[in-house]
Amino acid sequence: MDGQGNVSLRGVAVAYGPIRVFDRLDLEVAQSEFLVLLGPSGCGKSTLLNAIAGLTEIDDGEIWIGGRNVTWHEPKDRGIAMVFQSYALYPRMNVRGNLSFGLKVARTPRAEIERRVRTAAEMLQIADLLDRRPAALSGGQRQRVAIGRALVRDAGVFLFDEPLSNLDAQLRSELRVEIKRLHQRLGATMIYVTHDQIEALTLADRIAVMKDRTFQQIGTPQEIYLRPANRFVATFVGSPAMNFVPGRIECGSDGPVFQSPSLRLKLPNYPFVQEPANASPVELGIRPEHVIVASDADDAQEVSVEMSEPMGSDLLAWTRLGDLPLSIRLPAETRLTPGDRLRILLPEHRSNLFDATSGARL
Amino acid sequence: MRIGSRLSTHLALAPALLIALVAYCGAMGWTIWISFTNSRMLPSSVFVGLRQYTSLMANERWQVSVQNIAIFGALFIAMALVLGFVLAALIDQRVRAEGLLRSVFLYPFSMSFIVTGLAWRWLLDPTFGIEKLGHDLGLTWFRFDWLVRPERVIYTLVFAAVWHASGLVMAIMLAGLRGVDPEIWKAVRVDGIPPWRAYLFIVVPLMRGSFATAIILLAVSVARLYDLSVAMTNGGPGIASEVPAKFVMDHLFERGNVGLATAAATTMLITVAAVLAPLMYWQRRQPARRPV
Amino acid sequence: MSATSREPRGRRPTRLTPARLGLYAFLIICALFFLTPLYVMIVTSLKDMPEIRQAHILGLPTAPSLAAWSKAWFAACTGLTCNGIRVGFINSLRIMIPSVIVSITVGAITGYALSFWRPRGAVLLFGVLIAVAFIPYQVFIYPLVRIFSYLGINNSIPGIVTIHTIFGLPTMTLIFRNHFAALPEELFKAARVDGAGFWRIFGIIMLPMALPIIVVAVILQVTGIWNDFIFGLVFAGRENLPMTVQLNNIVNSTQGEREYNVEMAATLLTAIVPLVVYFVSGRWFVRGIAAGAVKG
Repeated sequence: MDGQGNVSLRGVAVAYGPIRVFDRLDLEVAQSEFLVLLGPSGCGKSTLLNAIAGLTEIDDGEIWIGGRNVTWHEPKDRGIAMVFQSYALYPRMNVRGNLSFGLKVARTPRAEIERRVRTAAEMLQIADLLDRRPAALSGGQRQRVAIGRALVRDAGVFLFDEPLSNLDAQLRSELRVEIKRLHQRLGATMIYVTHDQIEALTLADRIAVMKDRTFQQIGTPQEIYLRPANRFVATFVGSPAMNFVPGRIECGSDGPVFQSPSLRLKLPNYPFVQEPANASPVELGIRPEHVIVASDADDAQEVSVEMSEPMGSDLLAWTRLGDLPLSIRLPAETRLTPGDRLRILLPEHRSNLFDATSGARL
Repeated sequence: MRIGSRLSTHLALAPALLIALVAYCGAMGWTIWISFTNSRMLPSSVFVGLRQYTSLMANERWQVSVQNIAIFGALFIAMALVLGFVLAALIDQRVRAEGLLRSVFLYPFSMSFIVTGLAWRWLLDPTFGIEKLGHDLGLTWFRFDWLVRPERVIYTLVFAAVWHASGLVMAIMLAGLRGVDPEIWKAVRVDGIPPWRAYLFIVVPLMRGSFATAIILLAVSVARLYDLSVAMTNGGPGIASEVPAKFVMDHLFERGNVGLATAAATTMLITVAAVLAPLMYWQRRQPARRPV
Repeated sequence: MSATSREPRGRRPTRLTPARLGLYAFLIICALFFLTPLYVMIVTSLKDMPEIRQAHILGLPTAPSLAAWSKAWFAACTGLTCNGIRVGFINSLRIMIPSVIVSITVGAITGYALSFWRPRGAVLLFGVLIAVAFIPYQVFIYPLVRIFSYLGINNSIPGIVTIHTIFGLPTMTLIFRNHFAALPEELFKAARVDGAGFWRIFGIIMLPMALPIIVVAVILQVTGIWNDFIFGLVFAGRENLPMTVQLNNIVNSTQGEREYNVEMAATLLTAIVPLVVYFVSGRWFVRGIAAGAVKG
């Protein structure tokens, strides 16, 4: 299966009548890569996946899979397999029937069909369910069968359209691990659509964050999390959400400084994309777990605790910095009462600066 | 207020209750009662047991009626189901002018059976209809005089009825098709399953409810077949296209044999109940569509 | 298409595959099958008798004229009198309008009572109504004739209106009950807490929300009652025979030479009202079928 799994979108445009949904989109997915398309509903991620699959026709551009131009190919000829949100199992056939129907239609020899069905069933632990009908399976089992149906196709690229959204939270985390394991075992290219940022962060080699049908940022989970390219990505990824402090950049003799009514932060080493303009309005973003609770440092700020949310593994403290809310992650055993005062530091290397109007990263 | 509402409810249901008791149960009971008497032009109260029924079974006109309705029913239901489903499946293929096509297939259903019967009678008229058309087009050997051939005439009724009802079946099937999970179609495309196989093995089994509904509606109109046969052939030629409903009506009003007619009506009732009851029981047992 | 004629990019050029062609061909042939009777009726009604005898049934009229239509409307012979089918048209209107109003009213009230208030025996009554919808009319007709003539309303307009109400009750009750049952029960409960009673809730809250289903009911009843033959024949009386019965009389009781163009014109005139309802109502007609078809 070498070289069969790289996917390339070149200048892809999709239109519904006069409305341009996508305009000149480019995307490269390497062989064996796990790429997640992440975004809120309506951002276009499913449309993009359907375009890759060939279920939606594109109006301009090219789609290449495994080194072949498949722009005009039917889905069955693209070397892909797909797993759907509602499983889309064939209801009146049993599991074995569901797994083998496509192969039978393609006139695969019987021995080969049985081999593939057996392998897939063992990999997904559904070998003892082969004679059951979908109606007699639980949600998690149905989803495994849906994945199994994709597996037997022996495709180079797997497409997942929000496969875990119909499952409850516990099943979701179980199957998430299964999918990751599957990826490691098969080494196939996988393109995965979801609105759940946890799924994205845990599964992806790279994440493509989408909003309003454009890519906001494409990068590794680490990059997306620690250096979001704009305010939207910063807010969408990471829970609890990032804190934002509005203020200004002042370029003085000591270098750029972030200035706001309740906070002043020196930024000598901040990697600005371009020279910041003096007095430009910005927002400073910092994640709750990156706020350092320090008692002794001289530039420590003081905040007052309003309330705390115990979250099991740790504690989320809601504090006030001047008149701004600031959430801080603390160890679960911390004892806090409303009214307590804490001394905190906002580390420069964990700070994110965003232009106040455009939201772009500075 | 509670008592007032109670009273109002009962008042509101009074017409329905009256109708149900008198017009439905009462009339049905009376009909069955009369079938056990020797009534001729007017109801009598002389009980004669099953004599009307035995003379019914021996009646040639009735035998022809029963035979006709069986042939008609089987052919009509089968053809209307197939044609209706095929039309629905084809229209569902994102064809252009879908609205126009649907209007064309469904408009016959809005027309009376009398109008339908007369239109088809004219079309199939042996002297002026399509047989003449064939001759005029040079096919002198062409014959289509089924309308006057006793052994073929019932099929002409089938044509007219299928023309009338296929649109209805199509509408029911289209609704059923549109209820199929759209992601199944996507899975079919990705798996590379050819359309006809997808319809036959995946979609049709999913549409049992629609088929059941269509069959029940068609079966009901088979039992009711009267207007169409009056308009198209009036039972002719001779008695070759007699049907049970017409038998009952003729004997009630023209031939003045109420006892025989009610026996025939009761037989119809029993047959309909025997056929429809298991069908409806089966339909109720179909699981409500669950997302799979 | 040669391999190097175009690099695949953007939209795939729509090729008319044989499969697609066959699909359209089949649909067009079927459409012709469905349209032919209507077409034949129209062209025949516009021809004169000599042309009907000579030319074939599908030909267009050489000198289209509305003479046959005029004769059908004003002077066609239904049995002994020759006053045209316009008599039947007026009768059908006289029958249809009160029948539609009464049958829908009774059906709506019954459906409402059975949906929200559910008195004792409601399920049984509803079951009887539904069962009756499947039973052939012949089982009920004779006793009803005797009852009506005892009450003195046989062969009269009130008689036929009552009949249409009786036999329309199952379908009307069904669609109104289903419609009301699908409305949120909280609405009903809130109204009762506010102190409204049976009729007030019906008139002020439920009826305005039932507009769509009333449209459906009107379509079903107008079409069904206008197209009715058997009840008009038995219960309407000689002075009130509806258009369908008159039409049958014109065609089936002609002595001597038959005037096919007049017959076709009369047939079309009978078909016009439901056809117009059909084309005007469009999607509502299909909704009506769906509502009536979902039995229980």
